[in-house]
Amino acid sequence: MTTTTPATRYETVIGLETHVQLLTERKMFCDCSAAYADAPPNTHVCPVCMALPGVLPVMNRKAVEFTIMTGLALNCEIPPFAKFDRKNYPYPDLLKGYQISQFDMPSTQNGWVEVQVEGEEPRRVGITRAHLEEDTARLTHKEGADGESYSLIDMNRSGVPLMEVVTDPDMRSAEEAREYLLKLRQILRYMGVSNANMEEGNFRCDANISLRPVGSAEYGAKVEIKNMNSFSAVYNAIQYEVRRQTEELDAGRVIAQETRGWVEDVNEAFGSDFAKGSTVSQRSKEGAHDYRYFPEPDLPPLTVDLSYVEKIRAALPELPDAKRARFQSEFGLSLYDANLLVETRAKAAFFEEAVAAIEDPTDAGRLRFARLIANWMIGDFTRLLNANETELADSRVTPKRLYAMISLIEQGTITGASAKSVFEEVFRTGGDPAAIVKDLGLEQIGGSDEISQIVDKVIEANPKPVADYRAGKQEAVKFLVGMSMRETKGRANPATLTEILKQKLEA
Amino acid sequence: MDLHWLSIDEASRRLDAREISSRELTKAVLDRIEAVDGRVGAYLSLAAESALESADAADKRRSDGERGSLLGIPVALKDVLSKRGLPTTCGSRMLESYVPPYDATVVELLDRAGAVVLGKTNMDEFAMGSSTENSAYHPTHNPWDLERVPGGSSGGSAAAVAAGEATFALGSDTGGSIRQPAALCGVVGMKPTYGRVSRFGLVAFASSLDQIGPFTRTVRDTATVLNAICGHDKRDSTSAPVDVPDFTVGLDRGVQGLRIGVPREYMPSSLDAGVRAKVEAALSAFESQGAIIERDVPLPSTEAALAVYYIIAPSEASANLARYDGVKYGFSYTQGKTMWENMEMTRGQGFGAEVKRRIMIGTYALSSGYYDAYYLKAQKVRTVIRNEFDAAFEKYDVLVSPVTPTPAFKIGEKANDPYAMYLNDVFTLPVNIAGLPGISVPAGLVDGLPVGLQVIGKPFDEEAVLRVASAFEAASGWQDQHPPL
Repeated sequence: MTTTTPATRYETVIGLETHVQLLTERKMFCDCSAAYADAPPNTHVCPVCMALPGVLPVMNRKAVEFTIMTGLALNCEIPPFAKFDRKNYPYPDLLKGYQISQFDMPSTQNGWVEVQVEGEEPRRVGITRAHLEEDTARLTHKEGADGESYSLIDMNRSGVPLMEVVTDPDMRSAEEAREYLLKLRQILRYMGVSNANMEEGNFRCDANISLRPVGSAEYGAKVEIKNMNSFSAVYNAIQYEVRRQTEELDAGRVIAQETRGWVEDVNEAFGSDFAKGSTVSQRSKEGAHDYRYFPEPDLPPLTVDLSYVEKIRAALPELPDAKRARFQSEFGLSLYDANLLVETRAKAAFFEEAVAAIEDPTDAGRLRFARLIANWMIGDFTRLLNANETELADSRVTPKRLYAMISLIEQGTITGASAKSVFEEVFRTGGDPAAIVKDLGLEQIGGSDEISQIVDKVIEANPKPVADYRAGKQEAVKFLVGMSMRETKGRANPATLTEILKQKLEA
Repeated sequence: MDLHWLSIDEASRRLDAREISSRELTKAVLDRIEAVDGRVGAYLSLAAESALESADAADKRRSDGERGSLLGIPVALKDVLSKRGLPTTCGSRMLESYVPPYDATVVELLDRAGAVVLGKTNMDEFAMGSSTENSAYHPTHNPWDLERVPGGSSGGSAAAVAAGEATFALGSDTGGSIRQPAALCGVVGMKPTYGRVSRFGLVAFASSLDQIGPFTRTVRDTATVLNAICGHDKRDSTSAPVDVPDFTVGLDRGVQGLRIGVPREYMPSSLDAGVRAKVEAALSAFESQGAIIERDVPLPSTEAALAVYYIIAPSEASANLARYDGVKYGFSYTQGKTMWENMEMTRGQGFGAEVKRRIMIGTYALSSGYYDAYYLKAQKVRTVIRNEFDAAFEKYDVLVSPVTPTPAFKIGEKANDPYAMYLNDVFTLPVNIAGLPGISVPAGLVDGLPVGLQVIGKPFDEEAVLRVASAFEAASGWQDQHPPL
């Protein structure tokens, strides 16, 4: 038997810590190549990143620049002084026995980023800091034939620049957390500072989740969730954890401050509404490490002068939010369409190149063409890319070709219906739309004589619908239009054809 | 004179004049090692074969017309400096099997200059100690009295130079580890300004205090070695992008008109009477040469220096020595049931008592809840100590003091009393705390045992330090005295 108490309503509080591998050529503190993805184990190594006795770190300036770029994109302060610290903890993947990180004087701090869950108002998520540190080596745990377990170590990843972006506890739902991560990834990719690919492990997220009664000003005990390797894992783990904590609190239990790991496919504790998987306790915070941070004596503090920051700011690419706003105001696009177009920098650039090709000198013409380009990009083009599992960058369609094809529609050379076939051909071959129209014989039937003949033929062949129409059944015309269009193989202008058909029927 | 007693200066003159070859010189020093090192124990490992090959290469370079002050000169390296292919044990069980695959910057520079590496010298484990008794392998004996310590931690390098087992040597100085053994063995030893010499390849003890420097038998030789090893290195971000002068120029300018201060706290009433007499004799010599001597220069925070040092150095060491976990190189305990047990046993068995003591002190000082009271406070006092030196150097060109409170003590005498051992470095470690250049120059014998005179200079003003040391050396003539081995 269970006793029911009036359910307390809780507010979910989420903060995210995201580790981002930076796309620098070199590692954080040595000259080894940081591009180790497909390299055999332990080939991108040197005495420094292997932590041999006697080596010293030398800071990678590019990584600092990337961090400052990120800080600026996230509306952060860039303090004039920053420093590196040693974060001490023993683990075999941390070769020095300490990680060089930034503790109390990070390179960037106190920023924000705007996120919007569909159907809700946009909200700002505070950025506590984005600081620089180094990645660890990679351990692979194995079991030998004799059942003894052992681990292999690959030091290629050791010392790769890692940026940690920490948010304030500002998110209130799994949806919002997901939107934040998507936004962060988009910004990082726009700037080219990271591949930001969760599945590849160069974009790794931990979530801090707590609940508190609605209206409470104090935070509840915080649970840190690790091991989430995809966007859906983050979403599912947060949903699971919110549900778990709700049940614990409702049952009158206290939430332990601890670290839990997300394990996929383990159970379905909360039924079919939830994805398979659960969070499992890893260690309690009370027993957590004391990292014994202290200033890194091997690296002088970083002095960042204002002119350097301004130089970086000036070189920043236009970021997605600004671009979206500009696309809306400049081309009259809807928020939805503009968002789709700025999704990636490549997509936005494609759109802008196509727009730049517009020859119509009038404002109205330019807007019309821009909207058509957007429609084609969001519609057929995206559909074909998805169907063929092709990236925009690898597609044969160029912005000029897309514009040229749209021009052919606008000039009346082809109909919208034919255009679909033409575009598929452009997509397949990368050919010139005009030439394709000619090859396929898809020029629009221009003269009303030709249409007239076809319409006559259709009227003659379909006495029943003709009679229906003439008896006042207006819908019957649709069938006749369809039949006529089929006869023209879609090459006639539907409006012209309908008009001629109606004239003849009513004659 | 026996070839093994030649100074760098004299040896290179004779090499240039083709009176001797580097092979002859190297062979003579190797013979000397063969003859006396069984008693002294200066070396941990010898590289006789490769030394003779290097000597031949140097002879070839010289016959091809190349000239250089260190070309073909035999050198001993403290076993904390990485040289490709030679064991680098740091005096520890932990690195007994470790052979670095790369050269320290100073080793590269010596190699370029054509110096001939004889082998690696004994030291206190990971440079922690003042007597070389903390070596995991064997103690080193003071060539002046084999029952006594040579000082430390670079005791092997000091003893090697004092006993004629190397023409010069390199050591490292974190709190006096070059100057103290140099004083106790009666040779010249210098710690340059922090940042003067690249630390790349020097196995770290305390990163903000460590500095590499030479042991030689004359001040001029020290200047010659500094010329070869100083300079900015992009592999060491703490090495200073500062021009390096020719340190041999101006050695003979004398001390006429120089302002020499004597810190009050460095001449305490407890100072050994013999040591005090030697310092007084030096001051009289300077005075008679026209220097302006001022006593009682206040450096009031000196008494805090020992505490500051024994917080900062172990704190840094606790992190620097974390890499020795048996996973990657060196000693590895493998009989444990778990990874953690193996790591703990590796460190428990691989490190000696003093190293473990300092790792624990440092770990404690950095711990949450203690950090502010210990590490942070020590850093603040460090700034105060630095400021006091800065103030003194507004009035004085150099400061002069004893190097150690007493001459060499007996082996075993202080081995079980860490604090008594630490007190040996009270006059040297403030210099590391402030990052200043300091030299120990032989000041004569007290009851048959050498003591040293310390000259401390402004940051990057090694020239003044060398000039004062050189003037004293010229007046005293102690450089021609050798231990009766």
